[in-house]
Amino acid sequence: MSWAYITTVLIMTGINLLAVIGLSVLTGFTGLFSFGHAGFMAIGAYTSAILTVWLGVPYYLALLIAGLAAGLISLVIGRLTLKLKGDYFIIATLGFGESIRLLFNWFDPIGGSRGFRIPSEIHYTSLSDVIIINLIALILIANLINSRHGRNFKAIREEEMASQVIGINIFRYKMLSFFISAVLVGIAGGMLAHLTHFLIPRNFDMTKSTFLTIMVILGGLGSLSGSVIGTVVLTFIPEFLRNFNEWRYVIFGFLVVLVMVLRPKGLMGGYEISDLLRWVKRRLVRRRGEKNESA
Amino acid sequence: MEKFIQFLINGIAIGSIYALMTVGYSLVYSIMNFSNFAHGGVIMLGSYFGFFAITILKAPFWLAALIAMTGTTLLAVVIERLAYDPLRRRQAPSLYYIISAMGISIFLENIVLATLGADFRNYPPLFQTSGFYIGGISIGKLDVLILVVGTISLFGLMWLIEKTKIGLAIRATSFNLRAANLMGVNTEFVIFVVFGLGGLLAGLAGVMYGLRYTVWPQMGLITNKAFVAAVFGGLGSLPGAIVGAISLGIIEAMATGYISSNLRDLIAFVLLVTILVVRPSGIMGKATEDKA
Repeated sequence: MSWAYITTVLIMTGINLLAVIGLSVLTGFTGLFSFGHAGFMAIGAYTSAILTVWLGVPYYLALLIAGLAAGLISLVIGRLTLKLKGDYFIIATLGFGESIRLLFNWFDPIGGSRGFRIPSEIHYTSLSDVIIINLIALILIANLINSRHGRNFKAIREEEMASQVIGINIFRYKMLSFFISAVLVGIAGGMLAHLTHFLIPRNFDMTKSTFLTIMVILGGLGSLSGSVIGTVVLTFIPEFLRNFNEWRYVIFGFLVVLVMVLRPKGLMGGYEISDLLRWVKRRLVRRRGEKNESA
Repeated sequence: MEKFIQFLINGIAIGSIYALMTVGYSLVYSIMNFSNFAHGGVIMLGSYFGFFAITILKAPFWLAALIAMTGTTLLAVVIERLAYDPLRRRQAPSLYYIISAMGISIFLENIVLATLGADFRNYPPLFQTSGFYIGGISIGKLDVLILVVGTISLFGLMWLIEKTKIGLAIRATSFNLRAANLMGVNTEFVIFVVFGLGGLLAGLAGVMYGLRYTVWPQMGLITNKAFVAAVFGGLGSLPGAIVGAISLGIIEAMATGYISSNLRDLIAFVLLVTILVVRPSGIMGKATEDKA
C-alpha cells in the first residue's frame, strides 16, 4: 500500500465522515430517516464543480456555496415532505433523491449521463482540507446537539406528540435538522467532486444514500462519536477487503443484517466516547475506594 | 390513435409485471408496516432462476416459472426467518426492519455480482416477437402471455384474500396485528404466508421481466417502481397496488412513446413525489392515521 493510496482512503473517509455527521443530526438526533441524501450530495458536487470550473471561484468559497445550495433545495423539499410520517417520508426522500439524480442525468450542458470532468489544474481536495472542515463541523455540531436546540431535536426523536405539547415547534426543528444535514452533505459532495475530478450522476443513486444512513446506524443512533467510528470502520473495512474485491459488499450486507439482529443500537448505542471515559473513570475511582476500605 | 392504443397495450403489459411486484411489497407493508426493500433482490434472483432453468435445464416457460417461483418463495420465507423474525421477537421499531431489508438487498445483489458477474443476460427468445395484428396494431405474443398470466395471478390473489379463511386472517392481521392475535389468529403463520405469497409473485414477475427485457444484478432497483406504484395506489391497499402499478405502466409507456425514454424514470419519480405531497394516502388508500 503506497502512501498516496492511504491518503486517498483517508480523504475518502473524511468526506464520508462529513456527510455522516450531517446525516447523524437528522437520523440519529431527530429520528428522521432519509434515503435521498445522495441527491443533496449531487447538488453540492455539481454546484461546486460548476463554480470552480466555469466561474473560477476559489475552492473553499465554492464548497460553502455548494453547501448552501443543497441547503436551499432542502428547505423546499423539507417544506413539502416533513409533514409525512414514517415510511411515507422515507419514500418521499427516495423519490426526491432519485429525481435529482435523473435531472442531472438528463441535463446535457453539465455532461448528462456522460459525466462532468474537472480539469486537473483545479485544486484537488487534500487531507488537510478534509481535516480542517471535519474539525469545524464536529465542533459546531457537538455544540449544537448539546444546546437547547439539540435537546429539542432529541425530544422530537423520543416523543413527537409530547414535544409538541411542551411547545416545541416540531416542523421548524425538523426543517432545521433537515437543512443542517443537507448543507453538510452538500459540502461533502463538493469535496468529493474535487477529489475524483469526475462527476457522474450514477454515483449519487439510492445505494449511496443507503450507505450513508447505514453508517449512521452502525455507529449508533444518537451518538456523534458513534457516527465517527461507524464511518471510519465502514470506509476502512471495505478497503482491507479489497483482495476479495467482489465479496466485500456481500460481507457488508451481511454485517448490516447481523448488527440489526444482534445489536440494533449500533456500536455505541447512543453513548458518546466521553460517556465511556466517564464510566471508566467512575469504575476506577470506585475500585480505589474499595481498596481503601479494605485496607 | 393506433399509436395510442399500441402504447396503451405496452403500458398495461409492463404495468401488470409491476403489479405482481407491487402486491408482494404491499402485502408485507399492510401486515408488518415497513417497506420491504429486500423485495427487489428476491425478484432479481427469481429472474436468474428462470434464466438458468431455461438455458441450462432447457425448461419450457411454465416449468421455468415454476422453478423460479419455488426458489423465490423459499428465499422470501428464509429472509423473513433470519432477518425479520428476530426483530419482531424484540418488537423493534420499523426502522430496523427497513435497514435490515437494505442489508439483505445489498447482500443479494452483490452475491450475484460476485458469483455471476455484472453482465446483462438475455433470455432466449421463447416467444417470437411477431404477434397478432388487429387493424394496424401489433400485439406481441409475449405481451399477451404477460397479460394473461398477470391477470390470472392477480385475480387468484384477490380471491385468496377475499374468499378464503387464510385471506380473512390476513385481512384481520393487517387491520390490527395485536387484536387479531388475541382473537386466535395465528399471526406467525399469517406473516409466513404473506412473505411466501410475495415471494411467489416476485418469482413470476422476475421471469416475465427477464423475458421482456433482460437480467442483470442491479435489476432489483426497478422495484423502486413498485414502491412508486404502491404509494400511487395507496400504501398497504391491494386493489390500490394493482391500479397504481397498471397506471404507472401506462404513464411510462406514454412518456416513452410521446416524449422520450430518457425521461421515463424521472416522470415516475416526479409522479411519486407529487402524489406524496398532494395526497399521501394514494388514490385508493385509507386516510393515513397519525401513528407517530
